[in-house]
Amino acid sequence: MSHNAPSPCKCVDLAKLEPVFQQYRKKTGALIPVLQAAQDIYGYLPIEVMESIAENLNVPVSQVYGVVTFYAQFHLEPRGKHIIRSCQGTACHVRGASRILGALKENLNVEPGHTTADLQFTLETVACIGCCSLAPVIMVGENAHARLKPSGIAKILDGYRD
Amino acid sequence: MTTALPRLANAAALNDFQKQALPKIAIRHDPKAPPYEGVTHHIMVCFDTGCHASGGGAVALELEKELAAKGLDKKVKVVRTGCHGFCEIGPLVTVYPQDLFYIRVKPEDAAEIVEKTIIGGQPLERLFYKLNENAPAVSKWKDIEFYALQNRITLRNCGHMDPGEIEEYIAGGGYQALAKALGMKSNPEALLNEVKKSGLRGRGGGGFPTGIKWELCRKAAGDKKYVVCNADEGDPGAFMDRSLLEGDPHRVLEGMLIGALVIGADEGYVYVRAEYPGAIRRLRQAISQAEQMGLYGNNILGSGWNCTIHIKEGAGAFVCGEETALLRSIEGERGIPTARPPFPAISGLWGKPTNNNNVETWANIPDIILNGGDWFASRGTEKSKGTKVFALAGKLNHTGLVEVPIGITMRKIIFDIGGGIQNGKQFKAVQIGGPSGGCLPASLLDLPVDYDSLVEAGAMMGSGGLVVVDEDTCMVDLARFFLTFTQSESCGKCTPCREGTTRMLDILNNITQGKGQKGDIELLETLARSIKQAALCGLGQTSPNPILSTLRYFRSEYEAHINDRKCPARSCSALLTFTIDKDKCLGCCACQKVCPVEAIEGDKKEPHVINQDKCIKCGSCEDVCRKAKAINRS
Repeated sequence: MSHNAPSPCKCVDLAKLEPVFQQYRKKTGALIPVLQAAQDIYGYLPIEVMESIAENLNVPVSQVYGVVTFYAQFHLEPRGKHIIRSCQGTACHVRGASRILGALKENLNVEPGHTTADLQFTLETVACIGCCSLAPVIMVGENAHARLKPSGIAKILDGYRD
Repeated sequence: MTTALPRLANAAALNDFQKQALPKIAIRHDPKAPPYEGVTHHIMVCFDTGCHASGGGAVALELEKELAAKGLDKKVKVVRTGCHGFCEIGPLVTVYPQDLFYIRVKPEDAAEIVEKTIIGGQPLERLFYKLNENAPAVSKWKDIEFYALQNRITLRNCGHMDPGEIEEYIAGGGYQALAKALGMKSNPEALLNEVKKSGLRGRGGGGFPTGIKWELCRKAAGDKKYVVCNADEGDPGAFMDRSLLEGDPHRVLEGMLIGALVIGADEGYVYVRAEYPGAIRRLRQAISQAEQMGLYGNNILGSGWNCTIHIKEGAGAFVCGEETALLRSIEGERGIPTARPPFPAISGLWGKPTNNNNVETWANIPDIILNGGDWFASRGTEKSKGTKVFALAGKLNHTGLVEVPIGITMRKIIFDIGGGIQNGKQFKAVQIGGPSGGCLPASLLDLPVDYDSLVEAGAMMGSGGLVVVDEDTCMVDLARFFLTFTQSESCGKCTPCREGTTRMLDILNNITQGKGQKGDIELLETLARSIKQAALCGLGQTSPNPILSTLRYFRSEYEAHINDRKCPARSCSALLTFTIDKDKCLGCCACQKVCPVEAIEGDKKEPHVINQDKCIKCGSCEDVCRKAKAINRS
């Protein structure tokens, strides 16, 4: 399946990080919260941002990169306007999650972990959302959609498209 | 209730505050209680993620709109509660003082609820629960079997109060345990003894005695100590920690504060999955309210004792549920486990003695302190005391959150509380304990559910996820599913887990794709045993459990895949052939339209045929052929 990665923006405004540094600079264990705050600002973690964080928290860039790539929550590429998280938990699995994911892949024409070329959607899988009673479930942004059938996916996605 | 919260100077002030708060919620317990400040009714709407996904949010809004339109918004309070438990039939609505329980409520029902039940004082029978079509309607939630067979301690408040109002928690006896503990501040040994006497064991899965864990940390040398709440609920199929944090956050906070007091800690962390934004919001709100009231922070209840608790958001790594990995993650590092000893009780967060318990464990503490260890120990079995919360999911009729005394049989949970298997299918197995647990077959349905019996049977209590599967689920595929999960979540530090899970997954992939070979089963067993012994942390050590338990109880399914190239559950698509029954086919062309590879041939009103060379076995045709049911799997 072809995947057109959107080109990352070259103009990262690092000044936006200053308030984050001010809040966390002297605190222990700050790296993860700072990365979370930075990702909230930029939507992902461009290399310039990671370098700036390393410098300001006085840790090697390699450590920043190591933490970023360890946790599923951090992203090195820009992300879509709507994040779709397709639950692959046990309860969803036995109630047909793989076919829901199949329908999402087909509709969006991207593989999990990637973003549509128009930056509308990023498709992700998640181990469990915690709505096991209503399986199979997906989350679009913070909205959970429950008791899904593959045939209902198109309508849900259309509701989010611009 | 946005009025500023008063700061409580001491335990007596807490008692006074409780007395003042009680009449505000009295109509929920006593139908004859007088209205408080003109409020005659409370409509409780379940606002937990589950009911919310079913449309609970819209129901609450619509109810408020209808009430405002009728000028009743001052007389009737709509309360957004945490998880009520019976998620399957949500959104759930309870009306007080009549104590009427409405299920599967839609926004369109709001007008009728206001008109008939609130104004007319009449029940709305069409929204009552019925076990089946011919069963009598049940008007009160307590009378429904799903609830009647439970024993709710930690879940007592969930679904029955507004988790955003500290006043409601205090009215129900909240923070009394903390006040009692602070009164015994000079004698923490006595508090510790109650926890030890209770026999409470870690609810996160391992089942280590909580009192002993506390004692180790209390006795450890160090001027600075920490308490940690593990809310990194990563086991797919378990959601009790989320529900507790969303539905009764103060209970968890109160438990942690008491633990900190006993251990001698003055700082703590709650490590919550970032996938649980609602739980994080609730917890933040709870901490802020408790601080305003002097129940948290500096000089708690005028005792001179201080304690601060921080919230750390996880960043999406299952291994962080392992306590040493979790501590590394709080420190801002990659969440990689470290070898024990030293145990965190001796050297934990930043090298300081640290006591880490799971959400449900902390939530049990206030009741143990208030009612005593003996009270708690009167429930459960000889070696596993108290109650346990289970998340029922999978192919059950009644899915949701239940709390039962430990030692109850699996049969009672699945068939009496859980209502048996969906669509009249056969029970095949129950998966308990998530990716670290095991699958138990029908022959073990009468096994008492406790820590030790489960381990003996090849499973484990785990965090309490119960996923029930029926005859249509392939057990080899289920084991493969869990291995896919643990393999991708393996942190990669130790070779047995990193390489071992990859090899086991390769073999399982081959078997489910019809490429299994003689000797695969034996190789799986050898690998599984080595990994169990050699892996560094709990994730690796328990990762072979799903394979070993399915091999123990469902070996014939593995053999059928390998020797006969057949999937007995007719689920592994590579081993299936889809065909169309000529006599049943109506020639409607529906399957032709959905087939993604144009493998279905045949003219309108003529029987269709599947071209086996093209068919990718996706099952789309089977889904659309609902009327004729002409598609066969073999």
